[in-house]
Amino acid sequence: MGWWCACLPPAATRSTANVMRVVVAMSGGVDSSVVAGLLHEQGHEVIGVTLQLYDHGAAVGRKGACCAGQDIHDARRVADRLGFAHYVIDAEERFRAAVIKPFADSYAAGETPVPCISCNQSVKFTDLVQLSSDLGAERLATGHYVRRIDGPGGAELHRAVDTARDQSWFLFATTKAQLERCMFPLGDHPTKAEVRTEAARLGLEVAAKPDSQDICFVPQGSYADVVAKLRPDAMEPGEIVSPEGKVLGRHDGIARYTIGQAKRLGTAQSADQRRVVTRLDASTRRVVVDTAPPGATTLRLRDVNWLTEAHDMRCTVKLRSSETAHGARVVVGDAVDVLLDTPARAAPGQACVFYDGDRVMGGGFISGRNDAER
Amino acid sequence: MIYLDANATEPLRPEARVAMEQAMAITGNPSSIHGAGRAARRVVEDAREAVAKRCGVAPAAVVFTSGGTEADALAIHALGRDRRLIIGATEHDAVRAAAYGAEIIPVDASGVADMAALEQMLRGSPALVCLMLANNETGTVQPVAEVAALCRAAGALLHVDAAQACGRMAMDMVALGADSLALSAHKMGGPAGVGALLVAPHVAPHPLLRGGGQERGWRGGTAPMMAIAGFGAVARLAPVEMSALRDRLESLADGAVVIGRDAPRLGNTSCLALPGVAAQTQVMSLDLAGIAVSAGAACSSGKVVRSHVLDAMGLGSLAGEAIRVSLPWNATEADVDGFGHAWRAMAARLLQRAA
Repeated sequence: MGWWCACLPPAATRSTANVMRVVVAMSGGVDSSVVAGLLHEQGHEVIGVTLQLYDHGAAVGRKGACCAGQDIHDARRVADRLGFAHYVIDAEERFRAAVIKPFADSYAAGETPVPCISCNQSVKFTDLVQLSSDLGAERLATGHYVRRIDGPGGAELHRAVDTARDQSWFLFATTKAQLERCMFPLGDHPTKAEVRTEAARLGLEVAAKPDSQDICFVPQGSYADVVAKLRPDAMEPGEIVSPEGKVLGRHDGIARYTIGQAKRLGTAQSADQRRVVTRLDASTRRVVVDTAPPGATTLRLRDVNWLTEAHDMRCTVKLRSSETAHGARVVVGDAVDVLLDTPARAAPGQACVFYDGDRVMGGGFISGRNDAER
Repeated sequence: MIYLDANATEPLRPEARVAMEQAMAITGNPSSIHGAGRAARRVVEDAREAVAKRCGVAPAAVVFTSGGTEADALAIHALGRDRRLIIGATEHDAVRAAAYGAEIIPVDASGVADMAALEQMLRGSPALVCLMLANNETGTVQPVAEVAALCRAAGALLHVDAAQACGRMAMDMVALGADSLALSAHKMGGPAGVGALLVAPHVAPHPLLRGGGQERGWRGGTAPMMAIAGFGAVARLAPVEMSALRDRLESLADGAVVIGRDAPRLGNTSCLALPGVAAQTQVMSLDLAGIAVSAGAACSSGKVVRSHVLDAMGLGSLAGEAIRVSLPWNATEADVDGFGHAWRAMAARLLQRAA
């Protein structure tokens, strides 16, 4: 920092072309607080926004998981301390309709949803991009660990430098138009420890705050309670059967199961040969188990989002955020199919994201119709 | 920054600052019998007389409280004992929360209480009716004297929340016919943290805080002499006439629907709806342009809560698209023009998007 820093006029009157008005989505955690703090320090006009997503009454004071009450307070304190505007947006109704209800419906349909992706798709990158434009802001910044790189065809989404923290899988459904307006300053940070160091340097009390865990709107980590409340039908008892239809045991709700699961099978579990769930049939409320499931090799996708032109490609894909990528071929026809080099456990409702090296090319949700069922 | 959120709190008036500075030099508990106590008591009693005079009652009617919220709660606690509670649909949360489960008097599209409905509701067991003199979001002034006549005829008591009205219009508690009246100092340009409940002579004390029996048994606790000095100072000031500035402001707000325009209302308050644009977006946009206004009620989390006042007025979607602009006592023409400039810039950007 040179002597000239002190001579810079305030952000509002600065004519430097790269000073922007930026909306920062602040969760109250250390990551988004550091994003806001760094952008503010760089002279951008920062507008902090925190979404109130659900009634946090039950979760108040709970350490280590998202509890909006304390988190909203923390976000406001960061903004007050550093001296930029901050607003709390009531997104409860929208979050219920766009995230919580589809979450329960998905389980009731025998799928395994990823609510963080629905949240990014709706409340975060649709609504906050709109809000940033309504407020005359050039950019929306978030604390996600991904990189936006401007390539010849516009903004590209890339994995974070810190691959252990990479969140690109959760952001595959961000549209190209949304991506153009976004910035992710943490994607280039080498480690989370370094982000915490930045937080301490900026004097933020959240520097040592625990990372959020679990699904934010599920109190005490019991997603079954949330599903049971909204879709009691998904918690009705039914049969556990073999692939041939032989009844092996009973279960207390298909929403408690996911593809590949070996727990909660009771008498249907075998002592000598381990059985796992291979299919969930919502219409008959049957959980199908098998001893040696081959896994799926062809996945049919729905709601595919492309971050490049749609085309057949040889690439790697990830069916979970923190797994080693699989070699695969993506085939674009009437629908989009993914042909895996080697069979993998694939649960309908989960995402399948296409990567070319570090770059996210697109992705979609695994539909109920793939060869895992056969 | 252009501050146009007087109904949230008024800027401190210089007279209040001077009075409080003088009071700060005094050591003494107004309840003490020695000279120091007498000096403090004089400050409190001078203020009591000023507040009483402002509302046309005897000083003995004035019970100092911590503010409007406590005054409303105390009134409902004391006057509402063994009575049915009936409250206006657009009452402040200070009343709504203290009168939980009360019957609700409907209002018309301007926010004025439905007198015929009230008359019906008054049939039956003795009631306490709570009706605000002026609404905090729209400025709508209620026909309190008429309501008082209905109440008297039916054997009901009437509590009037005059927190927003007191600094902004002349008023007389006896002419209003109220059995009790709530005031708030900071809505008059005094300090926050002090207010008063004015009680008619026939109402017996029934305190929320018994303590040492201060305020003639109505409210225990040592009187906050410094804050009361500031309250007394603003009670001596005549209301500032703001309606010309308010009309100018409304004429500058292109595309706005003025809620409650045709009803009698406070001269400083405009409730402006911009159809198709969420109120919170308007408040944020104006704030970023350096204009302080509000919408609905700010809950403790800071989010904007949909206004029960505008909902009760049957405004439909407009209820979520209206902001409150309330001129403080020191607002200038330049402030209003600055608002007009920011409003037009905002409306141009947001309406283009909505179209």
